[in-house]
Amino acid sequence: MKAGDLVELATRNLRESVLRNSLTTVGISVGVASLVAMLSLGIGLQHLAASRLAKSGLFDSVYVTSGRRIQGPNGRRENRKTPPPPLDEAARQKMAKFEGVAEVYPDVRFPAELKMPSAAAPSSSAKTQTATETSEKSSQTPESQNLREYQLISGLPMSARQLESFDNMKGKYFSSPDAAEIILQSDEAKTLTDKPDDLVGKDVVLRYASRHLLNDDGSASAASEYGAASELSVYAVSPKEATLKVVGLVESKADAGIRGAGSAGAYVPIDLALKLEPMQMTQVRLAGDRDPLANNYSALIVRATRSSRVEEIENQIKQLGYNTFSLLDATRNLRRFFAILDLFLGIFGSLALAVASLGIINTLVMSILERRREIGIMKAIGASDGDVQKLFFAEAGAMGIFGGGIGVLLGWIIGRAINFGTRIYMQRQQQFTPDDVWLVPLWLVLGAIGFSLVVSLLAGLYPAARAARLDPVQALRYD
Amino acid sequence: MQLPCLPRRNKDRSNHVNHLMPIQNTSLDAAIQVQGLARVYRMGDSEIRAVNDVTFSVEAGEFVALLGTSGSGKSSLLNLIAGLDTPTAGSVTVAGRDLARMSREELAHYRRSIVGMVFQAFNLVPAMTVLENVELPMRFAEVPREHRMDRARAALERVGLGHRLDHRPSELSGGEQQRASLARALVNHPALLLADEPTGNLDSRTGTEIMDLIHTVNKEGTTVLMVTHERPLAERYASRFIFLRDGKLVEDPAEVTA
Repeated sequence: MKAGDLVELATRNLRESVLRNSLTTVGISVGVASLVAMLSLGIGLQHLAASRLAKSGLFDSVYVTSGRRIQGPNGRRENRKTPPPPLDEAARQKMAKFEGVAEVYPDVRFPAELKMPSAAAPSSSAKTQTATETSEKSSQTPESQNLREYQLISGLPMSARQLESFDNMKGKYFSSPDAAEIILQSDEAKTLTDKPDDLVGKDVVLRYASRHLLNDDGSASAASEYGAASELSVYAVSPKEATLKVVGLVESKADAGIRGAGSAGAYVPIDLALKLEPMQMTQVRLAGDRDPLANNYSALIVRATRSSRVEEIENQIKQLGYNTFSLLDATRNLRRFFAILDLFLGIFGSLALAVASLGIINTLVMSILERRREIGIMKAIGASDGDVQKLFFAEAGAMGIFGGGIGVLLGWIIGRAINFGTRIYMQRQQQFTPDDVWLVPLWLVLGAIGFSLVVSLLAGLYPAARAARLDPVQALRYD
Repeated sequence: MQLPCLPRRNKDRSNHVNHLMPIQNTSLDAAIQVQGLARVYRMGDSEIRAVNDVTFSVEAGEFVALLGTSGSGKSSLLNLIAGLDTPTAGSVTVAGRDLARMSREELAHYRRSIVGMVFQAFNLVPAMTVLENVELPMRFAEVPREHRMDRARAALERVGLGHRLDHRPSELSGGEQQRASLARALVNHPALLLADEPTGNLDSRTGTEIMDLIHTVNKEGTTVLMVTHERPLAERYASRFIFLRDGKLVEDPAEVTA
């Protein structure tokens, strides 16, 4: 019998016992819906976690430090035969050209005090957009004589805007990489004023230790004055102040990349941070260098386009002779966790489908008993065993496809409803960003219908074989 | 009843015979040779010999009536010749092929291309319309869709049911159902028509109409083997009689007929 006839006869037979077949199909639908619901939950959570992790900036970055034998953030020490290469601008450019690298920027973090501009300070400084540096003496006020807590100030690239911390920020992000602007973390902002929200648009004063070269004209006098070897560079470290405009407030601390030394409480644009020449704690390492002015960075942060590329990038950087650190292992474990989660959700979802497949077997076996005489007639007028078998297979398959289709639709509706509910719940919680926890990709739709078809055909194996084996003489006698 | 002229069976049939069943010689078409045929059913410890060492032959184009009382083995013998049942011993050769040596697939092909069957209980599929019932054997024979409806309509018009195409069997009288059954049996142009008590459920007038139809079919070249227990009917239409009692052939017709 031709396939078209087979399908036509199968659907006609299904229509004959419409209630029973519909109930069986609904059973399959529920099974498929539960499978789709479970798997789409797993996929949705995985997607959510992946996107959130990507936004956290923790899993797509490699922290690069000099290959010198100094205890780095990862605590590794390696014996090298060749001297380690400098971590300078050339190295930064080289790393930026690696495939899969989105950007490379220096890790600039420095301790500083934040304070409100004194009333005596000229009001015009609050209006300027550029950093103004004033001497210690001129800015000395009674307020500044009090000991204030140090903040850790961090330089951030413009791309850090996509970090989760800035999702719901008050105000806006930096206008340019060297703008005299600052974003405060709200807890830190509370140390400045009782109404941190009012700070946006106002100026604050950043007081920090600036490191600048004394013998930058090449003379050895400064070096000898301090008793240092003449070929060495000599720095002076002095307090400086910069007036910066508060452009935004963030709730959580923005951990851009891997910051081993803890989170910063205020953020400035990266180029501004470099321009301020702050004394960084890690620069102590470089202080004794023969030529510490070779624009060496204490650390670079290499951000990958995708977290999956981190391993490859990290290996390439290691080959250049630098120390690296990333949270790659954590992402690997996370992926493993979601693979296992998906597997178990799939198994639980499939259980309902397995129960539904028993329904198919039951329906078809009942159908054989009911249509025993009809099978006998079909055989008497020329149907082969194969024709009868295929007919029952087609009926099982049709129930599978119909059930699968309806099930996917049902699962999708459930998912939408849960997404809707979750969004409302998260909005009410206020501190969370509403997100979709349910995700039904196209492959899941097609896969679920295909799986339903396969399960239905497997369920139809026994009834179809039984119908095919039916003795036509016995079947014709049946009433 | 005036019947439209039937096409010549031998000529038409060649178009629908599958390669599985080569017709060796058209002169042997539907020539039945039954040799030492036996069919034994086991019921617990006991054996029932429904057909017991039966030997006979039917020439192509003959109208043979198989007569016997109830339980004499007539229907069992007919099922064996129809390829619906497998003999315990002996052979049934139709159109030069021994049915006992055929695979199940070959037997199915034999049933859809060589044989047409009419039953006492009509055996129409209740869920299908009359037209669909007649179309069904053509689906199994893989007749192209565009020809099927025309052929089914023609077959039904031929038995006088052209106005009942879309009715379900339950909406038809017994005689009409048997006509539909006959149209279905003939739609694939079989060489052999096997009729199992075709008038058993019909009144005498309707029975006569059905027998007239079968007789016409026979006149047009189809071999007919009809099981009946009504001797007057057999005498009126059949050219030869075979008598059966307790599964065996008997010589004296007086022993088996009413």
